[in-house]
Amino acid sequence: MNGRLLPFRRAPARGPASGPTATSSGLLRGGGPDGTAASVPSPSQAARFRELVLPHTDAAYSLARYLARDAAAAEDIAQDALLKAFRNLESLRGEVKPWLLAIVRNTYFDWRRRGDDRTVTGPAAEVALAQTPDDSHESAEAALIRQGDVEALRAAIEAIPEPFREALVLRDLEELSYREIAEITGAPMGTVMSRLARARRMLAERMGVLETVP
Amino acid sequence: MSACPDKQLLLHALADGELDAGNVLALEAHVVTCAGCAAELVAIREVKARLRSTRPGYAAPSGLLDRVEAAIDDSARPPPRRRAGLETWVLGGGMGAIAAGLALFAFLPSGDGLQGQLIDAQARSLEALHLVDVATSDRHTVKPWFNGKVDFAPPVVDLASQGYPLVGGRLDRVDGKRVAALVFRRRAHVINLFVWPGDAPAAPALSHKQGYSLVRWGRGGLVFWAVSDVDAGDLMGFQADFSAATR
Repeated sequence: MNGRLLPFRRAPARGPASGPTATSSGLLRGGGPDGTAASVPSPSQAARFRELVLPHTDAAYSLARYLARDAAAAEDIAQDALLKAFRNLESLRGEVKPWLLAIVRNTYFDWRRRGDDRTVTGPAAEVALAQTPDDSHESAEAALIRQGDVEALRAAIEAIPEPFREALVLRDLEELSYREIAEITGAPMGTVMSRLARARRMLAERMGVLETVP
Repeated sequence: MSACPDKQLLLHALADGELDAGNVLALEAHVVTCAGCAAELVAIREVKARLRSTRPGYAAPSGLLDRVEAAIDDSARPPPRRRAGLETWVLGGGMGAIAAGLALFAFLPSGDGLQGQLIDAQARSLEALHLVDVATSDRHTVKPWFNGKVDFAPPVVDLASQGYPLVGGRLDRVDGKRVAALVFRRRAHVINLFVWPGDAPAAPALSHKQGYSLVRWGRGGLVFWAVSDVDAGDLMGFQADFSAATR
């Protein structure tokens, strides 16, 4: 029997290592993202969180969705990230959105490390997805994207391998600056720029943009 | 067509407005005379324009915001007061009473001890910040989650459109047995709906205890207890909506 089901426990049951618990999607459990103790949130902190952070809920979910490429996983990751952000609100300096998206990104990598990743996103899947589709498929997809079909465009973005996809999403969807992306991803600015260029080139091929240019 | 290799990244930076004035001037002058770089710049701008106009970003599901808001409300609110002496009662000589369980309750419909336990379970869910084991507004996720954890199938519905969004599910213990707890939200309040096998009248019975409202009803061989600090009208509304949705 799990300790947390016993009545009248005053503190949440923690694993011996006080690391992430098995039910990682559970709500607030206390403690910081790396196991450090976080201060008890106060009502004013809740108000501040609502005002500053919650307006970026869509951005948090969208990034989680493009990283995990799975709706249910993205919801778990975004929720964990938002609650971590709440517990660690005092660590916020400067812009809110890059700070929150950095937490989302870390939460995503934690999730992947833990092996919660049950979707087919191993290296083989990356390669399969990254392969250039045949001509007929490509033109159909390109036509859909040209007509503004959002699902076709999302599928094309999801087919881009991870580091390039991440750079594209952070820049062209979330409109972060190169410097902010470099800080979030821990990559040098030149690496960010080349990843972004590669992502856009792959997307341009799928969109058929390159063929239209002489 | 291809851009000059040393200009590739700069063309993206130009399109992104990330170049300083000096580099902008130099690169724009180059693009005028270089067809490859000019074509590349057009392609980059076209990709960016389509991303901007089609907006492929995802909107967060409504349940996500509901759950996060419920969690921060609960953590910021002082925990409800619990009944003095209950701890001693249960840990001490109360085990027999727990074992008597539902049989006792059947003779005492006002179920004083049971109500206290339910209220405590509600308070515990808020105080220990252990509101849900499975956090999702998707009833298709919550329902199978109970498979194998309890030996009955609690009906799970999302009542978001009626103003009671589903937050998730949790295992709890009442009367020494495993029960299913479904967690719903009503504005800043949490409603715990406890479900276990048993018999109770189908007509909802409302009671009050320690500032909480409790509604009990029975249906299909299951007993339902909704517990919350919302006002009684809201809780009865919840009961009516839940019953209608599971009919």
